[in-house]
Amino acid sequence: MKVLVAVKRVVDYNVKVRVKADNSGVDLANVKMSMNPFCEIAVEEAVRLKEKGVASEIVVVTIGPTTAQEQLRTALALGADRAILVESADELNSLAVAKLLKAVVDKEQPQLVIMGKQAIDSDNNQTGQMLGALTGFGQGTFASKVEVAGDKVNVTREIDGGLQTVALNLPAIVTTDLRLNEPRYASLPNIMKAKKKPLETVTPDALGVSTASTVKTLKVEAPAARSAGIKVKSVAELVEKLKNEAKVI
Amino acid sequence: MTILVIAEHTNSALAAATLNTVAAAAKIGGDIHVLVAGANAGAAAEAAAKVSGVAKVLVADNAAYEHQLPENVAPLVAELGKGYSHILAAATSNGKNILPRVAALLDVDQISEIVAVESADTFKRPIYAGNAIATVQSSAAVKVITVRSTGFDPVAAEGGSAAVEAVSGSADAGKSAFVGEELAKSDRPELTAAKIVVSGGRGMQNGDNFKHLYALADKLGAAVGASRAAVDAGFVPNDMQVGQTGKIVAPQLYIAVGISGAIQHLAGMKDSKVIVAINKDEEAPIFQVADYGLVADLFEAVPELEKLV
Repeated sequence: MKVLVAVKRVVDYNVKVRVKADNSGVDLANVKMSMNPFCEIAVEEAVRLKEKGVASEIVVVTIGPTTAQEQLRTALALGADRAILVESADELNSLAVAKLLKAVVDKEQPQLVIMGKQAIDSDNNQTGQMLGALTGFGQGTFASKVEVAGDKVNVTREIDGGLQTVALNLPAIVTTDLRLNEPRYASLPNIMKAKKKPLETVTPDALGVSTASTVKTLKVEAPAARSAGIKVKSVAELVEKLKNEAKVI
Repeated sequence: MTILVIAEHTNSALAAATLNTVAAAAKIGGDIHVLVAGANAGAAAEAAAKVSGVAKVLVADNAAYEHQLPENVAPLVAELGKGYSHILAAATSNGKNILPRVAALLDVDQISEIVAVESADTFKRPIYAGNAIATVQSSAAVKVITVRSTGFDPVAAEGGSAAVEAVSGSADAGKSAFVGEELAKSDRPELTAAKIVVSGGRGMQNGDNFKHLYALADKLGAAVGASRAAVDAGFVPNDMQVGQTGKIVAPQLYIAVGISGAIQHLAGMKDSKVIVAINKDEEAPIFQVADYGLVADLFEAVPELEKLV
């Protein structure tokens, strides 16, 4: 079966971002960008399904600027077969991204769509679920285990109190949680080979999708800083401070 | 303006996060209706009717809603929600699973994990793991929003007397089925609702050593959490994880033991009122956010702390 994996180019998770002085956003100039960590897990899961003989082809898609080709090449180096870039210079909201992905799903007809549970920049946790609504597919969000069995996929999900397993009819959408797998690194020969794999570029207009949004960001501020704390010398002093100064125990 | 709040519940009881969500709805202003979608959810509906500030409780009782499968619940919420100005749910694993599906069915954007209400159409929410706070404005006909519980003080669970009304919804969509559940058992308070949280990290060295934290937690009436390192190392189950990808907590007191304080962990606990760090590495980043820091070996400090509190 064909598997579609959606990935996103985001600021690297190790970077401590700074808010711009004019409060229009965070400063992303000259900041290291990478594939969103949850998307890496999605690519890895698709590659493992192919290695098990479950998946026959892996198509990786991203929606973003021209530079997002780097993340597609990374996915190709990890084992994806071909890539699609939906090129858009604008920062798009989840609904617009889900609509664009729906157009790609219509064209590619995958049996399984795998994507991360959330992007670490916008922290929305929406796109997979929205794509579920638009395509009418079942959704297995926050997956920590995925098993394809016949025309169904069993997904074990991380929920607040523990784990839950659901069975979804294929085609279906799975969003990855951190414990689904440990992504591999791309080897140098595979990075070289990935340069020759097909990468198709399309525009939202060509897909016939409007990316207009009903939400706009008015400003972005730094969070309130915590006032500096003190170091205590002993456990006894700590208990005394917690009882008498902070009054929390 | 009428607001629909999607109740978080276990069919037999209402979850505490619902009270925080109603509090956010009260800040927006207008009539508040609560939807309880479940199976044999009479007890949860009765509890919802008593919640302070709730004008009406809608109960959709159907076997298809028993396990909150989004394929079944989202069409119900979208259909009912058309007549409302806002649809709110708690940013729990259920709320996050269902609500974006509702928003897409209504063809509107969703605003995730708000921590403050500026006005009926303007909200604040953290982005970049809590390293920036965005103020966003929505012009959507129906504003679909998840609420971060720690951003709003809960309303009283008693004192209301809302009318309960049965509503019917669509049946099983036939796309998904519940197979099973494995819930972690714990007698300690729920992590996201606890007034005191004691968390352990990689410095605990193994799962057995968490007994020191359990002993301290039991003395304080606290919940026990963990960093991702402790979960990945298999010390404790993943539902104990505090952080960007785990649970967000904001207790009165957060005691971080053997936790270095990575950005992703801080995203889950830095709104705690008082933070205590116990770590033998005095350069650990956790000390930059801690109100009280103790540079010490946790295996000596924690048992001593347990004796003294």
